[in-house]
Amino acid sequence: MSRFGTLGANLYRGQVSYDFVGKRKIWYSISAIILIVAIGSLLFRGLNLGIEFKGGAEFLVPSSSATINQARDVAVKAGIADPIVTQLGTGALRVQTRPLSLAETNALRTGLGELASVPASDVDAQIVGPSWGADITSKALQALIVFLILVAIFLSVYFEWRMAVAALVALVHDVVITIGIYALTGFEVTPATVVGVLTILGYSLYDTVVVFDKVRENTRGIAGQSRVTYSEAANLALNQTLVRSINTTVVALLPVVSILIVGVWLLGAGTLKDLALALFIGLLAGAYSSLFIATPVLCQLKERDPAMQAVRARVEARNAGRMSGKGSGSLAVMEGDEGGPVDGQDVSGADLAAQVDSDVEAAVRGGGGRNQPKRTTKRKR
Amino acid sequence: MAQQQTPARPGRSLAILALAVIGLIVWAFWPGVPNSPQLGLDLRGGTQVILKPRALNDQTISDQQLQQTVEIIRQRVNGLGVAEAEVSTQGSGNNAAIIVSIPGVSDNGIAESLKQTALLDFRAVEAEAAGSPQPLPTASPSASASGSATAAPSASASASVSASASASQSASASASPSPSATGNGAPVPNLVRAATTTPSPSASATAGPTTTASPSPSASPTTPADALIPPIQSKTNDVALQKKFLELDCSVPGATSGGTPDDPAQWLVTCSQDGKAKYLLQPAFIRGTNVTDASAALPQGGTTYTVNLSFDTEGQKKLAEVSQNIYQLPPPQNQFAIVLDSLVVSSPYFREPILGGTAQIEGSFTQQEAKALANVLKYGALPLTLDLSQSTSISPTLGDDQLKAGIAAGLLGLILVALYLLLYYRALGLVAVFSLVVAGIITYCGFVVLGRTIGFTLTLAGIAGAIVAIGITADSFIVYFERIRDEIRDGRTLRAACDAGWVRARRTILAADFVSLLAAVVLYLLSVGGVRGFAFTLGMTTLIDIAVAFLFTRPVVSVLARNSWFAKGGPMTGLDPQRLGVDSIPTASTTRRRSTSSAGKGA
Repeated sequence: MSRFGTLGANLYRGQVSYDFVGKRKIWYSISAIILIVAIGSLLFRGLNLGIEFKGGAEFLVPSSSATINQARDVAVKAGIADPIVTQLGTGALRVQTRPLSLAETNALRTGLGELASVPASDVDAQIVGPSWGADITSKALQALIVFLILVAIFLSVYFEWRMAVAALVALVHDVVITIGIYALTGFEVTPATVVGVLTILGYSLYDTVVVFDKVRENTRGIAGQSRVTYSEAANLALNQTLVRSINTTVVALLPVVSILIVGVWLLGAGTLKDLALALFIGLLAGAYSSLFIATPVLCQLKERDPAMQAVRARVEARNAGRMSGKGSGSLAVMEGDEGGPVDGQDVSGADLAAQVDSDVEAAVRGGGGRNQPKRTTKRKR
Repeated sequence: MAQQQTPARPGRSLAILALAVIGLIVWAFWPGVPNSPQLGLDLRGGTQVILKPRALNDQTISDQQLQQTVEIIRQRVNGLGVAEAEVSTQGSGNNAAIIVSIPGVSDNGIAESLKQTALLDFRAVEAEAAGSPQPLPTASPSASASGSATAAPSASASASVSASASASQSASASASPSPSATGNGAPVPNLVRAATTTPSPSASATAGPTTTASPSPSASPTTPADALIPPIQSKTNDVALQKKFLELDCSVPGATSGGTPDDPAQWLVTCSQDGKAKYLLQPAFIRGTNVTDASAALPQGGTTYTVNLSFDTEGQKKLAEVSQNIYQLPPPQNQFAIVLDSLVVSSPYFREPILGGTAQIEGSFTQQEAKALANVLKYGALPLTLDLSQSTSISPTLGDDQLKAGIAAGLLGLILVALYLLLYYRALGLVAVFSLVVAGIITYCGFVVLGRTIGFTLTLAGIAGAIVAIGITADSFIVYFERIRDEIRDGRTLRAACDAGWVRARRTILAADFVSLLAAVVLYLLSVGGVRGFAFTLGMTTLIDIAVAFLFTRPVVSVLARNSWFAKGGPMTGLDPQRLGVDSIPTASTTRRRSTSSAGKGA
């Protein structure tokens, strides 16, 4: 059990089980705190919007011996007050100014080129009208709403409406946290950031869909038995997909991290860095939420369902019966579970795993009626 | 169970994929066509200008207005003489945006010249001639490619202006029919006024000191025609100007691109828009602003369309004066030219003095031609006001850096993911790595082919999309592999586990990829600029992921499962029983002993 590899097996059998669903209050509290900080930062600090959103001009002077102050002087001499000059990791200078006229742009470009001893055409320039960022934002919001509606429909059809609600709660959670972190840290928000945030939508849901697929599999036919509650079955599903979730997150993060590293090292700033940073934050939030938020919310919704409440009541009655030492022979046996007598232990995670597993078996084979040696799977090792 | 649904025929799937990939590679690397992806401006340097059209008084922008605007801008962009410049629109109505991409030129000044209002002049014609030097009888067959070898006379040749409707034959057979479809022995056109030209290398190259040439050297290395060709102008009709008129070759690329504003107070030598005729023109007598209205109309009983024009007071006065002065002159001096952005749109002649302030241009116009001309006259200025939304110019150096950074990031990401997969899944990881490589090959070929067929351009955001997709693609394999391991933990044989695991993983992969695809499609349809490139690659790689998982990963794992070394699950297979937490991976025989039903299915 010391090795990560065997952990997967133990998680699968339920021999090691993290109570994601039961301890939801803890996770909800953690998320609530993060969300409050995020929304608070957003309200009180606001976002550090790039010139794409405010309108303005940006110049990129190739790496040279020119200093920040020299570049600032060039701008001020050209009659442009308060330029923002930053030095990028690559040594290049970035000069941001208020919106400029064409003449001012050309003058500044020439001046900066002379400063760095390069032709003016090597100074990259970008002029952005104030409407550009607004356009991008409204388009992004439009895309967000359309996407949410479509995804809600898809998830409702493919799974059920409760899963759609839970997935969307997790999604909003991720996006709000990501935006909040931007507000908190003051990272610059550019159109590339917006793209990154929109991509998180797809990613976060991707992860949730995989987990929910397992949850659905584990809970198939759950209404007809009395051994596990919905929450227990769902929690097992989470544990069973935990290794996959971790691996997925690692594998998704590796390329993003490499974009981030390369973007910062080789380019200093720009599309790659902005995009990767948003993705990095969003992916972490997404991995967290599909484990700690999506499924617990789903379970809460599910447990309100009368059918699931009935299951819970039966399970509790059964457990109470066990506690009082009545043994297990008199228990109702669910469909497809015509196996031998249950051994006398408490319902452990391992037992649960075997139980859920045989349910699945039954479902996959198209219902009960076949003799299955489900206990063969239960080996102690 | 699994076998019932998917009879394991790994050979067939692999063959299909191999054929498809080979076909794609051949298509992508076919000799004689571009074999690398079409790069966006941010990767090779250039200027991108995004303009937002705005109608006066906040009216809704009609498609026609937008189209007209785009046409004018396209003409101006072509005037820059840059190869592969592109003008496209996104959205419609008041949300429309016009995107101008000019590769190789890093100059924000372009934005200004693009959004300025068009210049429309009426100039009296001093001389007119066929647009290009006449090919000798031994002319090369390429003459047919010059565009001047069509038999139909241009609209400008047969148009006349009158105050009343009346059909008349054109007196100036200017744009001569030169039916040289075969390309050899093209007859010399019947009207070759001053056609003793020798081919000059470039119209602008001969600009003399008397012209108002504004030198605009271009740093771009692409073609010599890169520079804005300045209008050939002079204050008087001097010898130098006439010489330039003689030398002007309208078939030279760039000569008919116009786009540069001319000085209305000076004489002008220029081509017709279609390059079939060239003109020596007097200073403008009416400006576009003098035109109050223009419309296409079908006269009663007529079969061809005319364009009706009305002018403001100043325009009326000038028109009356000029038409009275020149209508009796011999052709082409009884003609006037409608000049848009320094190019002649039409050059009708006056049949009579126009005194009433409304004129009618006749000619054998189709409805479309008449409408187009009326639009030009009416909108002389752009039909819409253009706001500069964004102008980005990126030097080729930075573009190159960005490309390198993108490739470096992609490789680094791929290597890291491959290492992780190998470390965790061992032999299975190797399958995953090969799957990634196959996906990578398909993606690259896809970029090349799509660049050639639908003009897909790869931008930095697109590269980022592809890199991010490595994660999504690898995830499909992880889902599948974890399923296989789960099935083995359930006591299945390796082969049974591979099949049963696939049935379950397949559903998950499809559902999850569908969500990804949905995000990509929504992003693509509702976004502008770089966002689109990102969404497109993301969507494309998602589809490739599905194809690779179904046609490569799954069959290869099937084949491996039949391998005895692999089926035993040694530490290097990624299916180490110890790590999976089972005693050993059951073989078909041990399973049979335990359970007949399981083994029956597994075999």
